[in-house]
Amino acid sequence: MSNLSNLDIWTYSVVGFTFATYIGIAIWARAGTTGEFYVAGKGVHPVLNGMATGADWMSAASFISMAGLIAFNGYGGSVFLMGWTGGYVLLALLLAPYLRKFGKFTVPEFIGDRYYSQTARIVAVICLILASITYVIGQMKGIGVAFSRFLEVSYDMGLYIGMAIVAVYAVLGGMKGITYTQIAQYVVLIMAYTIPAIFISLNLTGNPFPQLGLGSEYAPDGVASGVSMLAKLDQVVTELGFKEYTTQTMGSTLNMFAYTLSLMIGTAGLPHVIIRFFTVPTVKSARFSAGWALVFIAILYTTAPAVGAMARLNFIDTLMIEKTETTEQGLAAFEPLPGDDLPGWFQNWSQTGLLVWKDLNDDGLVQYYNDKNDATIAEADALGYKGSEIFHGTGDALKPGPDLDIMVLANPEIAGLPNWVIALIVAGGLAAALSTAAGLLLAISSAISHDLLKSVFMKDISEKAELNAGRLSMIGAIIVAGYLGLNPPGFAAGTVAIAFGLAASSIFPALMLGIFYKRMNNVGAVAGMIAGITVTLLYVFQHKGIFFIPGTEFLAPQLGMGADWFFGISPNAFGAVGAVVNFAVAFLVSAVTAPPPEHIQHLVEDVRVPRGAGDATGH
Amino acid sequence: MTPENRSDYWKANIRLVTILLIIWFIASYGLAILLVEPLNQFYLGGYPLGFWFAQQGSIYVFLVLIFAYAFGMNRLDKKFDVEE
Repeated sequence: MSNLSNLDIWTYSVVGFTFATYIGIAIWARAGTTGEFYVAGKGVHPVLNGMATGADWMSAASFISMAGLIAFNGYGGSVFLMGWTGGYVLLALLLAPYLRKFGKFTVPEFIGDRYYSQTARIVAVICLILASITYVIGQMKGIGVAFSRFLEVSYDMGLYIGMAIVAVYAVLGGMKGITYTQIAQYVVLIMAYTIPAIFISLNLTGNPFPQLGLGSEYAPDGVASGVSMLAKLDQVVTELGFKEYTTQTMGSTLNMFAYTLSLMIGTAGLPHVIIRFFTVPTVKSARFSAGWALVFIAILYTTAPAVGAMARLNFIDTLMIEKTETTEQGLAAFEPLPGDDLPGWFQNWSQTGLLVWKDLNDDGLVQYYNDKNDATIAEADALGYKGSEIFHGTGDALKPGPDLDIMVLANPEIAGLPNWVIALIVAGGLAAALSTAAGLLLAISSAISHDLLKSVFMKDISEKAELNAGRLSMIGAIIVAGYLGLNPPGFAAGTVAIAFGLAASSIFPALMLGIFYKRMNNVGAVAGMIAGITVTLLYVFQHKGIFFIPGTEFLAPQLGMGADWFFGISPNAFGAVGAVVNFAVAFLVSAVTAPPPEHIQHLVEDVRVPRGAGDATGH
Repeated sequence: MTPENRSDYWKANIRLVTILLIIWFIASYGLAILLVEPLNQFYLGGYPLGFWFAQQGSIYVFLVLIFAYAFGMNRLDKKFDVEE
């Protein structure tokens, strides 16, 4: 890095400036709110609180990974869009106001009190930690990708640097006034996401609103083409042998259904989001703040489909140039790019190992197409192509296609946007990953220090020791997640999807039944949580390895347990099945055991009525 | 408040939530997943309609639902006099 390019200078400046802002805000807010650690959200306007919730919620999975998955899964990628927004409806209608009325600080605390059982509380803590750590792995993958590109190092090195920064950041920012930092992070990430999207939408369709541009006429550089943007994309991808963009699915209809359901229920069961609704001043504001949060989240989520589709088209367009005035069809209608002409962004990403060209047929040209499609293979043979030449990975361990997690970060470069826009998107990706990682680590550390140590194992622990235990558990979580992030079980959004499945199969049913089913007792809830998360974990580990450690998968095709053997449902979508198991087991077990005591039934009655909601208390 | 009053309030709450969740289900699982193929025969601008519901429309519906719930519940709170 001896010769800093113009882009490098922009990137360092923008990233440096945003980081300085976050740290400045953290220090300023801390000074102003001493002693208000737990009620940071109280004095905050619901709209601002919605922004903070948006930053907390939108992670590396939303920012860096999701549009890339949409780009290469087309319609199938909709499961992420609907799953991660529709869950807010469940959260707002079924949980948020009641949990606010209950007025405690952690999710395990509610479960422990409602089910009058320390066992229930401990089981909830374990479920929470399993889901949150898996979620942090996904963030680590995203942070590793962002840093590897930003600092021009390998993915592994980017991950190590990311771990160090998250560790410092979580300890610093995790203390006080986190809400205000997250408001700043929301502003950075939403600008970083929408500004490039507006530019690209203008370039390709002439419409400044990406939401409308995706449904507009394809008009590159203002030249009308007579076909819509999506029709153009469908045509290009099918000619290269890929599945049609607007109808491509992720597995069967049942799998799409289960995947969406798993993400929605998981959204409403993830502790770091639920906590946000504990600290708003009233039940009424808990109802509204879910809506405001979704407003700010929807700005990104309705932009993402355009980002994905346009990135896919620009990516193809760079490598395989469509011939003009040709009568040829399919692969022959495209001119491969000479390897000498590979753009600078491509070479930069090659250094990270996340996007690699390997000249299989030694013709010096870059061929990119679907080499799994028989018809396209026949066309390729006729042209002398020996397979698609775009990979990711290093050495001999090359995997086909680009690493999808680079698409959002690479998108402005692919589209040839100005350097300050490219710099902005790196800052945005880091803001998204850091804000969520900090929130999750806080949830993990409070679960361990507050719910486990203080309340169960070491009741006379001093406040200082409790804080230190919290910090230690944060560091432990970062190391575990970082180690597993070296061999992530999937793209960032896919890994995060597993975390949602775990939350869906354990915490959400226990919370919902606790509010809506007065008869639910301690034994039923505990049995349900254990059964739900166990079947989900077994199915995930069977596919992805025990605790995601490579080589420990235990699929058994000889027993009829091949990949996705349960009705074609993928492990990422299995949380929906786990949730059904949880509900069923909880009902059955509670039906044959004693009903909850009188005072618990009164507690449920009380939670259902807004009047009398006091301030949230810790004990 | 009397037990009858309390139970009426809860019933009205459940009714509102049920209606909204039915709409939630239709907008996402119904129009965007189960019925996506027939709906894709129609277009909204350049969007096939089922695809539009999956990647745009459902999100707008979710937003409306949450605010409808918040306003609806506030009205119920007033009617049954259980406001904070």
